[in-house]
Amino acid sequence: MSAATTDAPRGAPSGALSSGTIGVLLRYGGLFIVDAFALLLIYMLAADGVWELAVFIAIVTIIVNIINLREDLKPLRWISPALALMALFVIYPIIYTVYVAFTNYGDGNFYPKGSLVNQLLEMQFVPDDGVEYDYTAYRNEAGEYALWLTDADGKHFFITVGNAMTPATLPENGELPESYEGYTLLPNSERFRALQDLENIAFGEGENLIGIRSGNAVASKDRYAHDAAADTLTDLQSGVVYTGDDSIGFFVDKTGYEAALAADTAADIQPFLLANERFSRGAGYRILVGLNNFERFFTSPALNGPLLRIFLWTVTFALLSVITTFSVGLLIALLLQANTPGKRFFRTLLIVPYAIPALISVSVWKGMLNDNFGVVSNFLESILNTQIPFFSDPVWAKVGILLINLWLGYPYFMLVCSGALAAIPSDMYEAAKVDGANTWQQFQSLTLPMLLVAVGPLLIASFTYNFNNFVLIEAYNEGGPPIFGTPTPAGHTDILISYAFRLAFGTGRGADYGLASAITIVIFAMVVVVTLFQFRFTGSWEETSKNV
Amino acid sequence: MFNTMAMQKEKPKRTDDGNYRQSQQFWTGIRIIILTLLSIFALFPVVWVVSASFNPSQSMQSQSLIPAGIDSPEELLTNYNTLLTTKPFTRWVTNSVITSTITSVTTVMITALSAYSFSRFRFSGRRSLMLFILLVQVFPNLLAMVAVYLMLLQLGEYLPFLGLNTLGGLIMVYVGGAMGINIWLMKGFFDSVPRDIDESALVDGATHWQTYWMLIFPLVRPILIVVGILSFVGTFNEFVLARVLLLGNEDAKTLMVGLWGFIGDNFAKDWGIFAAGAVLGAIPTLVIYLLLQDQIVGGLTQGSVKG
Repeated sequence: MSAATTDAPRGAPSGALSSGTIGVLLRYGGLFIVDAFALLLIYMLAADGVWELAVFIAIVTIIVNIINLREDLKPLRWISPALALMALFVIYPIIYTVYVAFTNYGDGNFYPKGSLVNQLLEMQFVPDDGVEYDYTAYRNEAGEYALWLTDADGKHFFITVGNAMTPATLPENGELPESYEGYTLLPNSERFRALQDLENIAFGEGENLIGIRSGNAVASKDRYAHDAAADTLTDLQSGVVYTGDDSIGFFVDKTGYEAALAADTAADIQPFLLANERFSRGAGYRILVGLNNFERFFTSPALNGPLLRIFLWTVTFALLSVITTFSVGLLIALLLQANTPGKRFFRTLLIVPYAIPALISVSVWKGMLNDNFGVVSNFLESILNTQIPFFSDPVWAKVGILLINLWLGYPYFMLVCSGALAAIPSDMYEAAKVDGANTWQQFQSLTLPMLLVAVGPLLIASFTYNFNNFVLIEAYNEGGPPIFGTPTPAGHTDILISYAFRLAFGTGRGADYGLASAITIVIFAMVVVVTLFQFRFTGSWEETSKNV
Repeated sequence: MFNTMAMQKEKPKRTDDGNYRQSQQFWTGIRIIILTLLSIFALFPVVWVVSASFNPSQSMQSQSLIPAGIDSPEELLTNYNTLLTTKPFTRWVTNSVITSTITSVTTVMITALSAYSFSRFRFSGRRSLMLFILLVQVFPNLLAMVAVYLMLLQLGEYLPFLGLNTLGGLIMVYVGGAMGINIWLMKGFFDSVPRDIDESALVDGATHWQTYWMLIFPLVRPILIVVGILSFVGTFNEFVLARVLLLGNEDAKTLMVGLWGFIGDNFAKDWGIFAAGAVLGAIPTLVIYLLLQDQIVGGLTQGSVKG
């Protein structure tokens, strides 16, 4: 990507030729490195069937090449590193979010069908009649493991990954050798740590594999057999035949599945599949599910139970946050505007909340409001004689959040309003005074309207910011206290974005990236509406477009 | 007509001059009282957490504003000692500093190039491209979190240093996400440099690269440094993406993610240690913001006037 940091020679003066030649060389060299790197990545991604990313990287690489090779696109060369990065880390995620919203991507349906089958085919199991060995682990300098095996008859073998088992002889002293065929005996201290690695390794080659299961080395076999024509996976351990059903994205035991479905016709397919244990469900894979996620989001009573409540709180929270922070900020700006003594001193003190990392601020407040020991709640308790449950009560939790957000947010409006107030021409005040307006009238009919013109767009920006103010909600109480009786984890102080986050990365129920992405898109649509409104309301888009 | 009214209005004021001054003083007094109260509201949490950090008893329950029962000055640093010796605090700080430094330097370098091009070259599609960049930025970074997570998960299988749970991946996401807004910001700065300067250089036969690197870049460097520092601070304090993308790697935790770890069941008990971490974690940002107060205020108010 450094390719674009160099510029082609302008050609004209011969004195600049040598540095120009270096520039060209640097550019081609840089481009070559970027291309080689990208090609390797594309190749690896495509080989594993991660097409979406492979194709996107390919397109970006081609565009970067065209820009840097064509003389008439010279101005774009300067921009190409920024464009490439933006494409990969902003635009691709947006496109991918849309794609995921139309899939059943989630913990239960993680891989595309092809790579799922490949992974299952690598799985091993230990048949009941398998031979067991005692084992000791060895490792070579490359970090590859090998096993020293002893069977029930006391015969010794040595086995590495990819090579068949070979008979081995114990040294005369009867103790295992410190090193063998380039492998060193694993010291005791590392054995436990290595166990996890060892359990995932199949030693040996071909059909005769050895795996570590519950402390023994045992001969293992392939667990699954795949019949591509019939699209069936046979579990060789249990003998169950699973058939791939591309309409639901699962390998299922057909008869069991159909019986269960017939018994519960109203079932919502996705959660039904993930939760139902009345039939034998095989592994799930990723498929396109059309509008299913959106449908679930809007129609399923199980999901939209907390949804309306969360939406209302999101809007209320954003609105109240803007109103409170703006009011206090404006008040301070007005107080600081007149020739108050110590103006700069007060401004420096009052700016402090703005200068502290939000996470730290929220956490400190969290401590101060702590139900039992927090200084603020203790103080309130001593006055009111009753404990204020800032975290366990839905209403008080919301009050706490708004209080903290006021503390976090007023300095911004204080600064912005100070600037805007200073920009109001003083002769307008003179004129108003001449007209006999008192202070309140001046404020009402002159200061406020003038101020709102300047600050209006920022009020709306603040609204959209708070609409997605994830840090505050998450750091305060992780959306809690929880709403009881909802099928998806949701809390009384959850806003849409934190709710989507909980669905995507939530604990317990497993991740549901498809649904979370669908909600993301819905939130995005709302943000777009607000933004369009903002542009329309302020005309700032036209103004911005003109100023480019 | 207005004039006569004004004259009528002015008259009583002049006669009550003493009264007027008194009421002025009264209002100034009220102002100062309100400002003092608000300052207490603003500063109390800060004072409280600083006090907690020096309080040798680590629990929230036994904290008093002035640490009590101190026998020796070393006792004041109990929490700091515990933090530095029993928690991987220095590791978190190192991670944060690495991440923020690389992010801010890369961001400034790359966006300055683009901004120069947008400011100085005229090419077809320039306007649409700039507006497109602005429009893309409307999509909140946070909303793409799921996609970014899945993307790093996939990338990490092939490029381990850019995958999930690595600082490399996090840095790339930060850098990529900050492009749009910074290009706009910097283009404004470049526009403020008179074009005559580079045009005369170009006439003299300098290449665009030479003009940029030797003439324009040194001119805008002070502003680039401010932008870089603010980008550093923003990255240093970022928590949401860092938490999600570094979830599975204790060693890669940044300071904010590490501090977040204190807030759990034992929050009331570990309060003192958290306070020490919070104070140390907030100092860099606080100092930078207070030092750059005027620049920040300037930037904000400029935004408010421009919309």
